[in-house]
Amino acid sequence: MREDKRRGRDGGLVQIERMIEVTIDGAKVRVPEGSTLLDACKKRGIDTPTLCFAPNLTPVNACRVCVVELDGARALVPACARTAEPSMVVHTDSERVRSARKMVLELLGSSVDMSATPNFDVWCARYDAHPERLGTPSRAPTVVDNDLFVRDYAKCMLCYKCVEACGADAQHTFAIVVSGRGAHAKIATEFDVSLPDSACVFCGNCVGVCPTNALQFRREHELRVAGEWDESSQSVTKTVCPYCGVGCVLELHVQGDEIVKVTSPSDSSVTDGMLCVKGRFGWGYTRDAK
Amino acid sequence: MDLHSTHEQPTERERAVVDRALEGFAGEAQIPRDQLLPVLRAVQMGCGWLSPSSLGYVSARMHIPAAEVYGVASFYHLFTTRPSARRVLHLCDDITCRLRGSGAIKNRLSEQCAPEGEARGDVQWHRSPCLGLCERGPAALVVESGEHPSERAISLRSPEEAVSIALGGVSTSVASNNLVRQPREQLRLLRRVGVVDPSSLDAYRASGGYDGLRRAHAKGAQWVLRELGEARLLGRGGAGFPAGTKWSAVASNPARDKLIVCNADESEPGTFKDRVLLESDPFAIIEAMTVAGFAVGANKGYVYIRGEYPVAAERVERAIAQARAKGLLGEDILGSGQRFDLELRRGGGAYICGEETALLESIEGRRGEPRAKPPFPVHEGLFGKPTLINNVETLASALDVVLRGAAAFCARGTKDSTGTRLFCVSGHVANPGVYELAMGLSLRELLALAGAEFSRIQAVLLGGAAGTFLRGDEIDLPLTFEDTRRVRATLGSGAVVVIDDSASMMDVLRGLAWFFRHESCGQCVPCRVGTVRVDELVQRVRAKVPMGGWEQERQRLKDLGSVMRDASICGLGQTATSAVESAFERFDLWPDRHAKNNPESGRSSLPPAATPKKKGAR
Repeated sequence: MREDKRRGRDGGLVQIERMIEVTIDGAKVRVPEGSTLLDACKKRGIDTPTLCFAPNLTPVNACRVCVVELDGARALVPACARTAEPSMVVHTDSERVRSARKMVLELLGSSVDMSATPNFDVWCARYDAHPERLGTPSRAPTVVDNDLFVRDYAKCMLCYKCVEACGADAQHTFAIVVSGRGAHAKIATEFDVSLPDSACVFCGNCVGVCPTNALQFRREHELRVAGEWDESSQSVTKTVCPYCGVGCVLELHVQGDEIVKVTSPSDSSVTDGMLCVKGRFGWGYTRDAK
Repeated sequence: MDLHSTHEQPTERERAVVDRALEGFAGEAQIPRDQLLPVLRAVQMGCGWLSPSSLGYVSARMHIPAAEVYGVASFYHLFTTRPSARRVLHLCDDITCRLRGSGAIKNRLSEQCAPEGEARGDVQWHRSPCLGLCERGPAALVVESGEHPSERAISLRSPEEAVSIALGGVSTSVASNNLVRQPREQLRLLRRVGVVDPSSLDAYRASGGYDGLRRAHAKGAQWVLRELGEARLLGRGGAGFPAGTKWSAVASNPARDKLIVCNADESEPGTFKDRVLLESDPFAIIEAMTVAGFAVGANKGYVYIRGEYPVAAERVERAIAQARAKGLLGEDILGSGQRFDLELRRGGGAYICGEETALLESIEGRRGEPRAKPPFPVHEGLFGKPTLINNVETLASALDVVLRGAAAFCARGTKDSTGTRLFCVSGHVANPGVYELAMGLSLRELLALAGAEFSRIQAVLLGGAAGTFLRGDEIDLPLTFEDTRRVRATLGSGAVVVIDDSASMMDVLRGLAWFFRHESCGQCVPCRVGTVRVDELVQRVRAKVPMGGWEQERQRLKDLGSVMRDASICGLGQTATSAVESAFERFDLWPDRHAKNNPESGRSSLPPAATPKKKGAR
């Protein structure tokens, strides 16, 4: 979680923000000190592709799809993690940036099943990326070892988000990590034991932050396998969790007359997008005939 | 934090090994996280592998989640999370050892001992990335675990010897006499190697040891920083960053707690100079770090030696103990009031930990994944404190600057590449070894010293796997930072691997591509996937089976090279295609161009068996 956000929520103090000015694609942009280049791009109205970034997690800058060109820097820099400094001159659509983003998309698309990743096709079109020219994606099997969610390893791009949500950024359960190294790196529990045998408490916050749908609600998985998953027919209803007094904001994704998924908005001041096992998965009673 | 663990109880032995490793922390509520690698190493050596029950016990004792302990353990290749044999032979399969015949050894071990990686009784063997024993390759590291664990770095003279050693035979090869073949009076960094007893502090002091520290104390920290700046010493680890700038940045940091780290994770294929310094002149590194501590105001230092260097680690450990016993580490060093102490840490087998921020992560007990920079270590380094991190040779050179002054240091070398530099010559030469040269002398002069047969040189790999290839007709290149940059090459770590006309360039490239695929940490997409794609491409060129046409393959290599250079997090990914790309640029390796334009010179792409031995080809 980013420090400025935490301060904003906890303290009644008014923070006096110093503004700094950076140049993005030739235009001057003023942002509060401590902002990232991604924040500055957003302020300038530039749509930057991101995958491993989430507003409610510490940036890990692992996917490199958000790289931008910074005058004076030898290599490109990740917009999501690089703090804006006064008088930085940044290019977000130069030849180098376009070519790097294109290649990152191709490397990802050639090794991971990105078919369920929002915007991936749009970005591929924008940067003229053709992943198939580098190889064919992984065929790793889906692990179904519990009733609540599945792990589709063919879709895992190792963005580290689930590890962060399970760990110090939200849940502090530390049930999953990146194990192994290089091409053999993999999200795993200790010795790859099943989730019910691990420290997992099934809060589902890993599912909530997964950008590629590698982590999926069990119900969504079943519907997809049956060919019945139909996002266009789903409605999303905002409500408050009925279980305890915290008052977490829930978004109920309903297909037909069934709740198929529950999320919480990452900008919610109550949840920061994170829920517990009850709020995330405990809605089976709505279909109890008794 | 949930320390949930489902694993069975540790065995008596596992418990004893872990408890012994953590002895010094008996009364402490929280054992520092940075003890994790030392403990994992103790379990690996004491029990042969990191079992679920042993890691469960480590997790409970250290209050580190079980999954995290597993994540760290599975990162380092000298740690194994599967049962393994009591004796494991790690056979060097990197560039020089391949040129010296490790392939035949590999085949013989597969036939007569076990398939790679499989435990058969007491026997097991693995291919290993460069072991840093290039001057006496083919080399191996033999690790025996149990009650009385041992590690031996050896050279293998024949496939038969390799089989016999894998089966438990005793190696007769001498593993640690470092030979210097140059006249002593030309040497600065190597002047004690082979003539001063590395196990004796008295011998070190009798040969001018600790004169540098005394001089630093007499002249003051500011003087040291100024001299180092004026000496224009550039880092010798590979990146060539000005050492004086680093030292001054740490010195001017107002923080109270600062740290010194010696990067002795020398893993660049073809590089072994730091090993020679650590093995044969360990007190010099201790003295250099003490000087650094004095100059920048740090009173704690760490020496991080790669896991594959048992002799260096043992000698440095012993040297630290001796220095401490004689008051040369600890409180009030040499009556100056300086307080400084050192700790030795060993790597677990990971090339990436030579990257400075990955090394810091590793000391802290984590996976060796590089950090985003900025912040740079001089501002926020080990344990978040301002940290001076220098390569072994850089520290040794800095000590030389302090000892003789900047002017004397700059008297050798060129204007932009001052001083002398160590070069590790290996491969097809008569006298492989470390050579110390004033910068500015040519590659030809270096190769002449090492006894290269000039008429047969096909290629020289300069700077290691992250370096660049030169052709046999480019060896008049002066060895300086500026001249190598001019021809888009690099001195890198000082590795110089000579490849004669008997070798297949494509075999050499396959080895390098495999190396990076094996050593990428996996954190960022360009490097994790890119190293695999480059390896696949090299295999296709080698097999002459393109995916699409050759023009597309050329474009692919260009695109992979540029995204890895531009968008990887760290230097590993940024340089991983450098050698491969330089080979395709400088040699006639594309099969289509080959056949069309140059029907006679099929040499480079043919397997060695079919290669005509052409004398005087170049």
